Amino acid sequence: MIEFLNSIQNSLIYKNFFLVLSGLDNTILLLLISLPIGFVLALLFALGRVSKITLLSRTIASYIFVIRGTPLLVQIYLIYFGLGSVKFIRESFLWYALKEPFWCGVIALTINTVAYGAEIFRGGIQSIEKSQVESGLSLGFGKFLLLRKIILPIAIRKVLPSYGNELILMVKATSLVSLTTYMEMTGIARKIMAKTFAPVEAFIAAGILYLFLNFLMVQFVKYLEWKYNPHLRLNN
Amino acid sequence: MFKFDKLVFGDAGWGDEFLIATLMTLLVSILSMGLGLFLAIITVWAKIIQNRITRFIANFYTTVIRGVPELLVIYLIFFGGNAVVMSIAKVFGYNKYIELNALTIATIAIAVISATYSSEVLRASYLAISKGQIEAARALGMNKFSIFFKVISPQVIRHALPGIGNVWQITLKDTSLISVTGLVEIMRQSRISSNVEHSPLTFLITAAILYLCLTTISGRVFKTLEVNYSKGFST
Repeated sequence: MIEFLNSIQNSLIYKNFFLVLSGLDNTILLLLISLPIGFVLALLFALGRVSKITLLSRTIASYIFVIRGTPLLVQIYLIYFGLGSVKFIRESFLWYALKEPFWCGVIALTINTVAYGAEIFRGGIQSIEKSQVESGLSLGFGKFLLLRKIILPIAIRKVLPSYGNELILMVKATSLVSLTTYMEMTGIARKIMAKTFAPVEAFIAAGILYLFLNFLMVQFVKYLEWKYNPHLRLNN
Repeated sequence: MFKFDKLVFGDAGWGDEFLIATLMTLLVSILSMGLGLFLAIITVWAKIIQNRITRFIANFYTTVIRGVPELLVIYLIFFGGNAVVMSIAKVFGYNKYIELNALTIATIAIAVISATYSSEVLRASYLAISKGQIEAARALGMNKFSIFFKVISPQVIRHALPGIGNVWQITLKDTSLISVTGLVEIMRQSRISSNVEHSPLTFLITAAILYLCLTTISGRVFKTLEVNYSKGFST
């Protein structure tokens, strides 16, 4: 038994696991900043998308079209390599953020998730029954109150499953930031691979951690669904 | 800042290189989409037959691949694929060094990812076929083979087309990750060109526009196909 435990401790996967684990906080940091900002902006963009102001709606529609039509990698590269090559950006205050691969990653991930999220929330807002809005209006709700008390709560809880999917896609998307030399889990796994020439062990260690992270995300979304859909709970 | 004049065709610019790169992206996407659909059919089959072991393997495969970043899967297959192929070859008594070319690895890697998404779509559309259809076919004395090709597949295709269109868009965008393996597709070409010309903005914007064109055009194609396949179905 002890021999078996020792052999596990000496195995490459076990050692790699803890090396990759040291990149977990960098991955989570990316998510912690980009997801909340992305959520709020996506809601605002969705509201703009369904608004009656044609110009605003059209602009947001084309933004969503461009972001959803191009790979995230292009967006990350455009911000990291592309914007960094422009002279007046290098001389402006923006350079403080854009010279760091971390902030480039955060910006790219936020831009990406806002587009997908806005489209999801738009679906939710448009699927609200008219009678709900009308009953709110008949109670004398103003526009803002209607939004806060009726439209947003119903829309958000309706789209929770698909927004959960988007959240999981975002967890996976953070791995692309490693291509801008930012050392999160995939970056560290890549470095280990280059050092030890044992690709399978390095990437499996990282894969287990990503699976765990996604598992937590799924549980979180499930909890939110349970919490905000009390009328769908089986036992009440 | 911008050097769009460098995008001319011929020796003075990168136009023809980008054209070839675009075709390469399309080739990888089509090949891996096809292989992915094939893998997906096997996965769905493994899930719907009443066998615990195959279902467990299929579920394990789709859960793991969908829970792990695409980049990681590509790295694993790119760096680990050779070793696996060589160890299989060793079993058959072939001991020389084998190197898979970049296109094969890219196709397999993207197909493995795309198959997980396709399998969910196909499974859902298989379950959407009412049981009466299959029973009716059986009552007519059709064998398993013709039930699959004449009753199940046409309906699965019709139900699955919108979902498959989405998977195609994802696959197309995932091919950009293949650039890390050195296969010259749009993304890799734009990195090469921008390193030579010292103008990343130009070539990255070119890449973005090319991807945008590809996704838009293929979106239109899928719309047409959907209309075609739902003939006789008033929606």
